[in-house]
Amino acid sequence: MSSLPALFGVLVFTFLLMRVLPGDPAVFFASGPNAGKEEVELIRKQMGLDKSVPEQLTLYLYDVGRGNLGRSMMTGQLVTKDLRERLPASLELTFTALLIALVSAVPLGVLAALKPGSIIDHGVRLFCALGVCVPTFVSGLLLIYVFYYLLGLAPDPTGRIDVFTSMPPSRTGFLMIDFLIAGDIDGWWAAFRQLILPALSMALFVIAPLARITRASMLVSLGSDFVRTARSVGLSWRHVVVTYALRNAILPVITIAGIVFSTMLGANVLVEKVFSWPGVASYALDALLSSDYAPVQGFVLLMASLFVLVNLTVDVCYGIADPRVSIE
Amino acid sequence: MTEPLLKIDNLHVSFSTRRGVVEAVRGVTLSVQEGEVLGLVGESGSGKSVTGFATTRLLDAAGRVTAGKILFRGQDVTKLSSDDLRHLRGAAMSMIFQNPRSALNPIRAVGQQIADAILTHKRMSKEAAHAEALELLRAVQIRDPERRMAAYPHELSGGMCQRVMIAIAISCNPALLIADEPTTGLDVTTQKVVMDLLAAIASARGMATILITHDLGLAARYCRRIVVMEQGRLVEEAAPRTLFNAPRHPYTKRLVAASPTASSRIEDLVPEEERGYVAIGDRPKPPPAPGTPPLLEVRKLAKRFDQGAAAVAEFSMTMAAGESVGLVGESGSGKSTTSRMICRLIDPSEGDIVFDGQSIGHVPARDFHRSPFRKDIQMVFQDPNESLNPRFTAFDCIAHPLMRLAGLRGGDALRQRVEECAQRVGLPADLLPRFPHQLSGGQKARVGIARAIACRPRLLVLDEPTAALDVSVQAVVLQLLDRLRREDDLALLFVSHDLNVVRMICGRTIVLRNGAIVEQGESRALFDNPKSDYTRELVAAIPNIEIETRRAAAAL
Amino acid sequence: MTSTTLRHSIWILRGNPLTGVAATGVLLLILVAIFGPWIVPYDPIASNVQEALLPPSAAHIAGTDQLGRDVFSRLIVAARLDLAIAVSAVSISFVLGAVIGSFCGYAGGRLDRTVGRFVDVMMAFPLFVLAMAMVAALGNRVENIVIATAVINLPFYIRFARAEVNVRRNLGWVEAARACGESHISVVLRFLLPNILPAMAVQMSLNLGWAILNAAGLSFIGLGVKPPTPEWGIMVAEGARFISTGRWWLVAFPGLALMLAVLCFNLLGDGMRDILDPRMRT
Repeated sequence: MSSLPALFGVLVFTFLLMRVLPGDPAVFFASGPNAGKEEVELIRKQMGLDKSVPEQLTLYLYDVGRGNLGRSMMTGQLVTKDLRERLPASLELTFTALLIALVSAVPLGVLAALKPGSIIDHGVRLFCALGVCVPTFVSGLLLIYVFYYLLGLAPDPTGRIDVFTSMPPSRTGFLMIDFLIAGDIDGWWAAFRQLILPALSMALFVIAPLARITRASMLVSLGSDFVRTARSVGLSWRHVVVTYALRNAILPVITIAGIVFSTMLGANVLVEKVFSWPGVASYALDALLSSDYAPVQGFVLLMASLFVLVNLTVDVCYGIADPRVSIE
Repeated sequence: MTEPLLKIDNLHVSFSTRRGVVEAVRGVTLSVQEGEVLGLVGESGSGKSVTGFATTRLLDAAGRVTAGKILFRGQDVTKLSSDDLRHLRGAAMSMIFQNPRSALNPIRAVGQQIADAILTHKRMSKEAAHAEALELLRAVQIRDPERRMAAYPHELSGGMCQRVMIAIAISCNPALLIADEPTTGLDVTTQKVVMDLLAAIASARGMATILITHDLGLAARYCRRIVVMEQGRLVEEAAPRTLFNAPRHPYTKRLVAASPTASSRIEDLVPEEERGYVAIGDRPKPPPAPGTPPLLEVRKLAKRFDQGAAAVAEFSMTMAAGESVGLVGESGSGKSTTSRMICRLIDPSEGDIVFDGQSIGHVPARDFHRSPFRKDIQMVFQDPNESLNPRFTAFDCIAHPLMRLAGLRGGDALRQRVEECAQRVGLPADLLPRFPHQLSGGQKARVGIARAIACRPRLLVLDEPTAALDVSVQAVVLQLLDRLRREDDLALLFVSHDLNVVRMICGRTIVLRNGAIVEQGESRALFDNPKSDYTRELVAAIPNIEIETRRAAAAL
Repeated sequence: MTSTTLRHSIWILRGNPLTGVAATGVLLLILVAIFGPWIVPYDPIASNVQEALLPPSAAHIAGTDQLGRDVFSRLIVAARLDLAIAVSAVSISFVLGAVIGSFCGYAGGRLDRTVGRFVDVMMAFPLFVLAMAMVAALGNRVENIVIATAVINLPFYIRFARAEVNVRRNLGWVEAARACGESHISVVLRFLLPNILPAMAVQMSLNLGWAILNAAGLSFIGLGVKPPTPEWGIMVAEGARFISTGRWWLVAFPGLALMLAVLCFNLLGDGMRDILDPRMRT
C-alpha cells in the first residue's frame, strides 16, 4: 500500500507536466492548429484553464477518476481507448521477457553459487558483467542483424504479426493466448516468431542483475548458520540446497524481480521503437515527439498504476514467502 | 579402559586465507568416552571450535584436515564418503551452535525443522515425525509445545531457540553431542537454564558431550574433565579441581588467574611474577567531609522511546569522586540507556542529573558538546573493534578529545599529552601511528581508554568495556581501570552483565531489571546476601569456579 | 592515501588484473573525451555523399554512415558529450544523495522512515519513463537530460548513504566523537561522511555506467541531443534504419563504444570495492 502515495505523486506530476509544457494546452485540444481564437477560448473554458491551479488540479483528478485522459491529436481518439488497445501488446512482450529472464537467471545464479570459482561460476559472472553493459536497443538491433539479415530465421522485425496472418478473435489481447484459444497453431507460431526477438533483447538486459542477485543471495544462504545446522543433522544435499538454502535465497530475488519488471516497463520504450511494436510505449513516444501531450500523460499514469500493481504483487509474494513479514 | 567413543589423534587443520595458509589446529589428541562430558576450553583463536567442526566435518570450504585421524567408534571420520558422513551426522553425532537464532532456518516452522531432522534418519510417516517433534519440544521443556510447533524462530526468544536447537540435535539420539559455545549471547539466567537442560538430557540419554567454551567456570560446572587449548595446541588436560587448584602449564595458570571468581581480588587476576608492578592493597579512602556534595546525583531519571513503554523509570543514584559503581542487568534492563543519559549522549524524558552541584540534565544532548562538563564526563564503549574511527590512527583517536576539549592545537604539546596518555594505559608509543585494523583487541581497548581519560575526566562511564575481550585481556584492562581510578580519584560507572567482574571492581552495585532498580548496596553484601529474588537468581546463575570445584570435590 | 593503502591496491591489482585494465580503460576514455576533436582522422560533421554507407576498410576503420561521415571519428568526438552528461548527472545526485541520505540515516525517527519509504518507492518506479516525462516537461534539451538522469539516480544515493550511515550511527566511535565534544552536524559531515565516501565512490563508478546507458537511451528515442551532433545513442538510432539491409557497422560500433565505456566503469567499481573491503587488508 505504501506505493499509493507514489501514484498520487505521479498524478500531480503529470498535471504539472501539462501546466509546465511549452504552449497552450487548449490549443492541443482544439480541432487543429488552425482553430479560431473563439474556439480556443471556448475550449479553455471547457477545460477549466481559466480557473485557479488548485481548482484545476481538483478538476484534473476528477477527470482521471472518471477515466477521462483526454484525446490524442495524432489518432483523434480518446487516449483511454488508444491505451487499452495497445496495452496487451506491451504486456505480452514484458511478461514474456520476464519469464525468459527468470527461467534462465535463477538456475544460472544457483549453479554459479553452488560451485563458486568453477567454470560455470566464471561464465555466469562474465555473462553478467557483459549483460548489463549492452544497451537494450543495441542488442535488439544486433539480434535483428543476426537472425533476420544473416540467418533469415526471424521474420521482418515489424509489429506483432506478419501481413499474411490474420488476427485471431480478440479475447485476452495476448496473441499467444488468443491464437491458442482459436486453435490456430500456424498463427501462434507466426506471432511467436515476432515476439521472441524483442522479448529476448529485453530479457538479455535483466538476466544479469537477476542472476547476480540470485548468485549472491544463494552464496549468503549456503554460508549461513542455518544451512550449517541442516548439514549437521545430515539432511540430504537436495533438501539442504532446495528447502533450506534456495527458499531463503529467493526472497531478495522477489524484490529485485519487482524492480526488474519496472525497468522493463521503461525499456519497453526502446524495444518497441526498435521492433516497431504496436504497444503503449511506442504510442507515447510518437506522441511525445509530435508534441501530443495527452497520450504522454496517459502513458505515465498507466505506468504508475502498473507500478502500484507490481509493488502490490511483490509485497504479497514476499509475504507468502517470508513469514517474518506480516501483510497488514 | 574401554575403546573410547571418539578418539582424535594428532589432528591438524589449516585454513587457506588470502594471506596464505593458517594453521588453526596443530596436533590435537584427545578422546571422549561414551556418556562422558568433556570441556574444551580456550580463548579466541585457540582452535577449540575448529576442532569441534573438524570432528563433524563441518569446516567451511577454506578449512582442511591436513593430518591426523578422527576415530568415531573406530571409524576414521576424515576418510568417510559424503554419503556415509550424512548417515553419521545427526544420527550418531550432532552439534549445537552458538547464536541459536541464526542457526535456525528463519522461514521454516520450528516443528518442521525438527521433523526434517527426524525424517532424514528414520523411516516414518510425516505425521509420526510431527508427533515425535512435539515430544521433543516437550522434552526440552518448551511451554505450550503444540502451539510452538508452528512458530518461526523470530517469534521465539534466544533461549527458546536454543532449546529448539537442542531438540534438533538430540532428535535421533546421537551418541555424541558437540556444543559450541551454546550459551554465548544469552542472558545469565537463561544460560543456566539452558545448560542445566542440556546436561540433564545428555545424562538421561547417555550421550557423550563435548562442551566448547571460553568460560572456565561454565566448563567447571558441567564437565568431569577439561581440556585447555592455546593457539591450536592442547596445553593441559585435567579434572576441574586439579586444573583450578594446581594448574601446571603457564598458560593455564594465567587463564585460571584471569577468570574472575566470587572471591578473587583485582590484583590476583594476573599471576604475581607477570604483574610488573607492586600491587597496592585497597586502602580505604577517608570518607568525604560531611556536607560535600556528591560528584554525581541522578534524580528520578526516566526514558521513553517513541510511543513505547518506559525503557528506564525512576532511576536515582549518587556517586562520590573516586568511587566505582556497578550497573548490572540483563539485556533490555535499560542499563545502556541509563549510562548514555548520564553521559549526556541522549536526553532523559524526565528527571535530572546533577554533576558537581550543577544540573546538567536539562542541557539538551545535542548542545552538551559545548558544556564545560563535557570533558568531565567521558565514556568507554563496548566493543573495542567498533569504538575507534577506522580512518583515525591511534594517535588521532587519543588526540581528538585533547583538541576539541582541552584546546590543544597540535604541535609538541599535543604529541606529549597523547604519548603520556598512551603510556598511562600501557600502549607502546610505536603503536600510535597504526590504524585500528592493525591493532589487537586488547590494544584497541587501551586506545579507547586512553581517549576517554585524555582530558582527565572526573566521571568515566564504561559500557561493558570487557565484554568482547578474552579473559586474559580482560584481566589486564580491569587492573588498568582500577589503577586509573585510584591515581586520578576517578569515579567509574561500570555497566556490565558479568557479576564476577562487577563484584571485584565496584564498591557498590545497582541491579536493574526492566528499567527499574531492583536492589542496590555494597557489592560484597549485595552478592553475599541478595535481598530480592531476582538478584538471588542472578547470583545463582553465575558459573563460579570455586563453588563448582568444591562441589566436584564433594561428589568424588 | 597512506602507503599501506597504495601497497594494498597494488597487491589487489596483481590478484585481479581486470581492475587495472578497467582503470586504464577509464583513463583512456577520459583522455579521448578531452582530446577527441584533435585526434580524429575526419571531420565528424562534414558529409560526403559519394562515400555513404561504406563498410569498414583501411580508410574508414568503422565504415561510413548514410551521409558519408566517418563513423570512427564520430565515435571519438561523441565520447566527450556522453561522458559529460553522465558525469555531471551522477555528480549532482552523488552530492545531494550523500548529504540527504546521511543526515536522514543519522537522525533516524519518523523523517528517516518517510524518506526511506519514498526512496524505495521511487526506485521501484519505471525510472526511464520518469526521465522521459521529465525531459518532455522541462523541454527537449541536453541540460534537461542531465537533470532527468540526476533525478532518477538520486534515490540510489540517498538509499545507499542512508543504509551506510544507519549501520554506523550507533557504533562506539560515533558516540565517542560526540563524547569528544563534536556536534551532531560535525559528526555527520566530518566523521560519518568521510567514512562512507569510499563505498559511495564505488557506487558512483557502478552508477556512471548506468547513467551513460540512460542518457544514450534517451537520445536514442530522440530526446535531448539533436543530430547531427555526434552522440553514441543517436548514432545507433540513425544506424537502426539500415540494420535490416545488413549495414551492421552503423549500430555495432557505437554499441561497442557504449558497452566498453559501461564495462570499464563497472569493472573499476567492482575492483575498487575489493580494494576498500577492510576484511582483505593486512
